[in-house]
Amino acid sequence: MADAAPVRVVLAKLGLDGHDRGLKVVARMLRDGGMEVVYLGLRQTTASIIDAVEQEDADVVGISMLNAGHLTLGPLMVDALADAGLDVPVVIGGIVPDEDRPTLAAAGVAGVLGPGSPAAEVVACVQAAAARRGL
Amino acid sequence: MVNPGSRPDSDSGPGFRTLSGIPVDGVYGDGPFPGEFPYTRGVHAEMYRSRLWTMRMFAGFGTAGDTNARFHELLRAGGSGLSTAFDMPTLMGRDSDHSWALGEVGRAGVAVDTVEDMVDLFAGIDLGAVSTSMTINGPAPILLGMYVAVAEEAGVERSRLAGTLQNDILKEYQAQKEYVFPPRPSVRLVTDVIRFTTAEMPRWNPVSISGYHIREAGSTAAHELAFTLANGFAYVEAATAAGLHVDDFAPRLSFFFNSHNDFFEEVGKFRAARRIWARWMRDRYGATDERSLKLRFHTQTAGVSLTAQQPEVNIARVALQAMAGVMGGTQSLHTDSHDEALALPSEEAARIALRTQQVIAHETGVANVADPLGGSHYVEWMTDEMERRATDVFEHLEDLGGGSILEGVYAGIESGWFAGEIADAAYRYEREVNAGERIIVGVNAFTEGNDAERARLLRIGQDTEDLQLKRLAAVKQSRDDRAVADSLRRVVAEASDPTTNLMPALMEAVRARTTIGEIIEALEGVFGTYVEQAVI
Repeated sequence: MADAAPVRVVLAKLGLDGHDRGLKVVARMLRDGGMEVVYLGLRQTTASIIDAVEQEDADVVGISMLNAGHLTLGPLMVDALADAGLDVPVVIGGIVPDEDRPTLAAAGVAGVLGPGSPAAEVVACVQAAAARRGL
Repeated sequence: MVNPGSRPDSDSGPGFRTLSGIPVDGVYGDGPFPGEFPYTRGVHAEMYRSRLWTMRMFAGFGTAGDTNARFHELLRAGGSGLSTAFDMPTLMGRDSDHSWALGEVGRAGVAVDTVEDMVDLFAGIDLGAVSTSMTINGPAPILLGMYVAVAEEAGVERSRLAGTLQNDILKEYQAQKEYVFPPRPSVRLVTDVIRFTTAEMPRWNPVSISGYHIREAGSTAAHELAFTLANGFAYVEAATAAGLHVDDFAPRLSFFFNSHNDFFEEVGKFRAARRIWARWMRDRYGATDERSLKLRFHTQTAGVSLTAQQPEVNIARVALQAMAGVMGGTQSLHTDSHDEALALPSEEAARIALRTQQVIAHETGVANVADPLGGSHYVEWMTDEMERRATDVFEHLEDLGGGSILEGVYAGIESGWFAGEIADAAYRYEREVNAGERIIVGVNAFTEGNDAERARLLRIGQDTEDLQLKRLAAVKQSRDDRAVADSLRRVVAEASDPTTNLMPALMEAVRARTTIGEIIEALEGVFGTYVEQAVI
């Protein structure tokens, strides 16, 4: 059986938060896990992320927030992708209280990764999100 | 507290006995003693016998009124200084109604758009009597201007104000990433603040040279030490190039370090920091005032070490890290709240964190003897090793900068060297934890109890953003638009002349109720906007 094409992930800090340690670690974990990572870095907007998704034909978007903005920005990203006609799941990493997870799931966020998530969990979460897309 | 004489060999008086009543001296071992060059053992002879460290708890969330209430609570609970956390839009110099601010207003700190918010933030607090630390960098001169304006409108002259402005832009490019302008004009703003406070605010620390964020971003302890001191040397070079004499401003430079889990590594780092600073300031930068040679620092326990799993265990981590800061001779301390890996600190968690410091100060006896670990073979070796590793970094930066640390730091920022070193170390650590080579209690071992019920978390609702937007709109409505426009024209004109100190123009602007965002955008027109090259 031929190997499937590697999962392509766009990683970005959406908004103003500058804490990029976690996202950089996740980038390397995913790369080491065989995925193709497009790392956009800091101060991205939903529009700049959508541009990258279209240009890079990405399978998954990963955004990171450690500033308590996830309930606003997570759904905003999901809706912006849908409005652009893109069926690309969104995974959120950062400090997200457990009780917010159902709200994010209901808003269409495909996965949430908290601080200290092991590499295997990070890779599995992104893989599961990509699979949801029917890859 | 009893205050015995400062001589290390003198009778320490009846106030300093062990729990069982054994009298103890103020210091043990050989010289150089605490208070003596190169200050490895501490900057004061008596250390905590004459004065405990300042228990300075960082707080900020929601509207200025919300944070003001937390300030009053912390002061009532025995905190001895204020420390302000601003929200992301404020840290980035953007108004609450900027499109970037959506979802971030008041979330990770307090929202400040105009001087009116600062009036609310410090309502009912005598600014002549407290000391205030403000964690702000890119827009630091604007926030300082607002603080001075609030104080003066309340009748407190600027010369009486005590506090610290973080104003350490170099580490932003290296680690924390809250910059606005490119490095060189940003450093000009730093030196403008140094010149301003040196002339007019003798009790103010114009820069808090911060390793904290470098470490949080993932660096090793040795790199935290080395990058931070290199940034300090860079500011000394920049301020002297701007015409100041080193002894005019260096006594007011202060530092801010992380205290992480490896107890002896941290103590060695703090001791090495003092020794290196003293030697470099005397031998390389020609400082002669003893105060220029003494490295004073604030410590915060390592936020990044806090776990979301079994968060109560973080209380123990914080206590041990705080103990390392105290044994290392810190001048002030913030202890993290145990719920910070889950959310912003709740009031109850913040109180436990403050109580932890009070236990260390009043129950453990560690404050009775200066540099209690000095002379330990391991601690002395670690201190030397930290210095050796830092020296390697200084040599590398001098190579990059053609002999100048300032130029070396610019080069290291522009090439992504600092960010790359930090990211490498962060990933190495993560892999060690993943592979189980490094045990983190509750994360990769001893996980029974991880599913326990979670404590109450602090949440900031949408109403904060709505309130702040109304507040901002009201200020814009009631101000004199012509004064605002005039003040911005002056800011632009004076920004274009690097020899002019921008502080007076910024003070005029904030008094006219010009917003942070309006001032920052005007300055961006002159200085440009920095976009980093993303490295992973």
